[in-house]
Amino acid sequence: MIRVEHLHKSFGEVQAVCGVSFDAADGLITGLLGPNGAGKSTTLRILYTVMKPDSGSARIDGVDVTAQSLDARRRIGTLPHGAGLYPHLTARENIAYYARLYGIAEDAVDAQVDNIVRQLDIASFADRRTKGFSQGQRTKVALARALVHEPQNVILDEPSNGLDVMATRALRDVIRALKSAGKCVLFSSHVMQEVAALCDEIVIIAAGQVALHDTPDGIRQATGCDDLEDAFVKAIGRVERVA
Amino acid sequence: MRTLGVVFRKEVLDNFRDRRTLMSALLLGPLFGPIIFAFAINLSLKQSLSDVGQTLELPVLGAEHAPNLVDYLRSHNIDITAAPGSRAEAMTAVESGTHDVVVVIPESFGGDLADGIPATVEIITDQASRASERESRRATRALASYSQELAALRLSARGVSPLVLRPLNIDVVDTSTPSGRSAMLLGMMSYFFIFALLTGGMNLAIDTTAGERERGSLEPLLCLPVTRDQLILGKILAACVFMAASLGISLISFFVVLKFVSLEQLGMTPNFGPVVVGIAFLLLLPFALVGATLMTLVASFTKSYKEAQTWLSVVLLAPTLPILIVSILMLRPSTLLMLVPSLSQHLLLVGLIRNEPLVGLHVAVSVAGTLAVGALLAWVCTRLYRREGLLI
Repeated sequence: MIRVEHLHKSFGEVQAVCGVSFDAADGLITGLLGPNGAGKSTTLRILYTVMKPDSGSARIDGVDVTAQSLDARRRIGTLPHGAGLYPHLTARENIAYYARLYGIAEDAVDAQVDNIVRQLDIASFADRRTKGFSQGQRTKVALARALVHEPQNVILDEPSNGLDVMATRALRDVIRALKSAGKCVLFSSHVMQEVAALCDEIVIIAAGQVALHDTPDGIRQATGCDDLEDAFVKAIGRVERVA
Repeated sequence: MRTLGVVFRKEVLDNFRDRRTLMSALLLGPLFGPIIFAFAINLSLKQSLSDVGQTLELPVLGAEHAPNLVDYLRSHNIDITAAPGSRAEAMTAVESGTHDVVVVIPESFGGDLADGIPATVEIITDQASRASERESRRATRALASYSQELAALRLSARGVSPLVLRPLNIDVVDTSTPSGRSAMLLGMMSYFFIFALLTGGMNLAIDTTAGERERGSLEPLLCLPVTRDQLILGKILAACVFMAASLGISLISFFVVLKFVSLEQLGMTPNFGPVVVGIAFLLLLPFALVGATLMTLVASFTKSYKEAQTWLSVVLLAPTLPILIVSILMLRPSTLLMLVPSLSQHLLLVGLIRNEPLVGLHVAVSVAGTLAVGALLAWVCTRLYRREGLLI
C-alpha cells in the first residue's frame, strides 16, 4: 500500500513535481502515465527514497519514506530506470548480493535466490556472467534482484523500455502474478497501450501534477473519449493549458 | 557490520574477475617501478664503469704545432684522430653533432710557450649536450694537468719548489656508508611503491561513484535498506586491500630485482632484506587509507569512468610533490614532517634503507598522522555520498 500526499520537488528553477497525491492499493496494478519530463521518475525516486521531497509526504505501508527511509526501503522492491547489473558477476551472484544487502540471513540466501530464479524462469542463464546479456535478460535479472526479499510493494520505472515483444509479455506475466499474490504494484510508463493492457488504476501525470486518477473505464468516461490514447492526450492537454 | 563485509566481499570478487583491473592493479603498477629501476641502474652502471678504461678519441686540429702535448695526451689513453680542416669547420662539426669535442691548437702555440706567454688551446664543445660533457671534461682535465706539469717544470728550472703553488692541501673525507650511498639512489623507490599502491586501488575507487553511475547500478544499490555510509566504507575497504596487495607485490618484486643488479660495483650495499621488506610494507600500509579515500573523493566529482581516470592520473602524481619539495630543500627528517602523508613514508623508508635505527616517535607520528588524514577524507567521502546530486 503506497500513499502519496501533496508531493513537491524542484531542481533549481524547475518544478519537477508540484502537489502530486494518489494511493496505490494492495492487490492492484497502478500505472503512472505521463509524457517525458512529466515528473513520473521524480515521484518514484522520492518513493524509493533516493530523493527527498521539498514538502508533502509519502508512506509505504504507513511508513514515512523520509523519516524512516531504511524501514520503508525494506518494504519495497525497486526497478529503477535503466537498472544496471555487475557484468563480472553471474546473474545468481548479482541476485544474492542484493539478497544479503536486504538483510536475508546467510543460510537462507541460496534458497531465496533459487526461489526467485524459478519464479522468473531465468535458470537457463542464471549461472552465466551478466556481461553480454540481452536487454530482456538484464531486465529479468534486475527484477529478480528487486523481488528476492519478497517485498509487499513493487515500484517499476519504465520497466518495458527496450524490451522486445516476448520479453514484454514475460514481464507482464510477472506483474500479473505479483498482483494475484496480493502485492501493491506501481509502475510508470509513457506507453498508453501498455498501461491499458495491465492496469487496474491509472494516474495520469502532466507538468508535475495529477491530471486524472481513475480506472481505465472511468478515464474514458471522464474525458468522453472511447480510445484511451485520445483520453490521455485530452487529460494532459487540460493540465498543460492551466500550467 | 555484516553489510560492510558483504559489500567488501562483492567488490573484491568483482574486481578479481575483471582482467583489466587485475592487470593494472596487480601486475603493471607493482612491476613497473622495479623494472624501470633495474634498467636505469644497469645502464648507468655500464656507463660509469666503462668510462675510466675506455680510450677517448679526440680530434685535434693543428696537432703538428704541439708534438709534446700530443704525446702527453696519447700517454693518457687519449687517441688523437683526424680533425676538420679549419676552426670554422670544427665549429660546424660540433654544432651538427659529427664530433662531440674538437681541440684546436693555433699556429702560435709553440712560440707563445717558448716566450712564456699563456698559450691558447681551444676546446670546442656543446655544453648543453650531456654526451659531449663527459668527453670535454676528460679533455679539459688532461690539458689542465699538462699545464700544471709544465708550470712545475718552469718553477723547478728557476730553483723554486713547485709546492709553493699548492698552499692548501684539500682532502675530502667521505663518511657515507655503502648503505647510505644506496639510499640516494633508492630514495626514488619510495615513490614507485606509492605509485604501485595507488594504481592498485584506482579502478575500485572510480567504481564506487562514477563507475556505478555509468553502469546504472548506483540507483538500485541506493534503494537497498542499508546506509550509504556502509556502502562507501565497504568499497573503500576493498580498495585498501587491493592497494595493500599491490604494494606487497611491488616490494617483493623490487627485492628480487635487487638480486640481479650489482649495486656493489657502485660502492653501495642497500639494506633491503626480507625483514626490511616486511617493515617497509607495514610503514607504507597506512598510506593505503589516504590513497583509497583521496581517489574515491576525486572520482566522486566526475561524470564518467573516462573522466575519473584522467583526474586520478593527476592524483597519482600528487604524492611526489612533498617528496620533491623536501628533496630540493634538503630537509632532514623531523617529527613535524612526519605529519605529512607520503612524505613521512618516504623519509622513513630512506632511513630504513640507509640502515639507520627507526625513531619510535617518528613512526608513531607517521602512522597516526596518515591514518588521521585518511579518516578525515573517508568522512568527507561519506558526506558526498549522501548528496542527492550523486545520481545525476
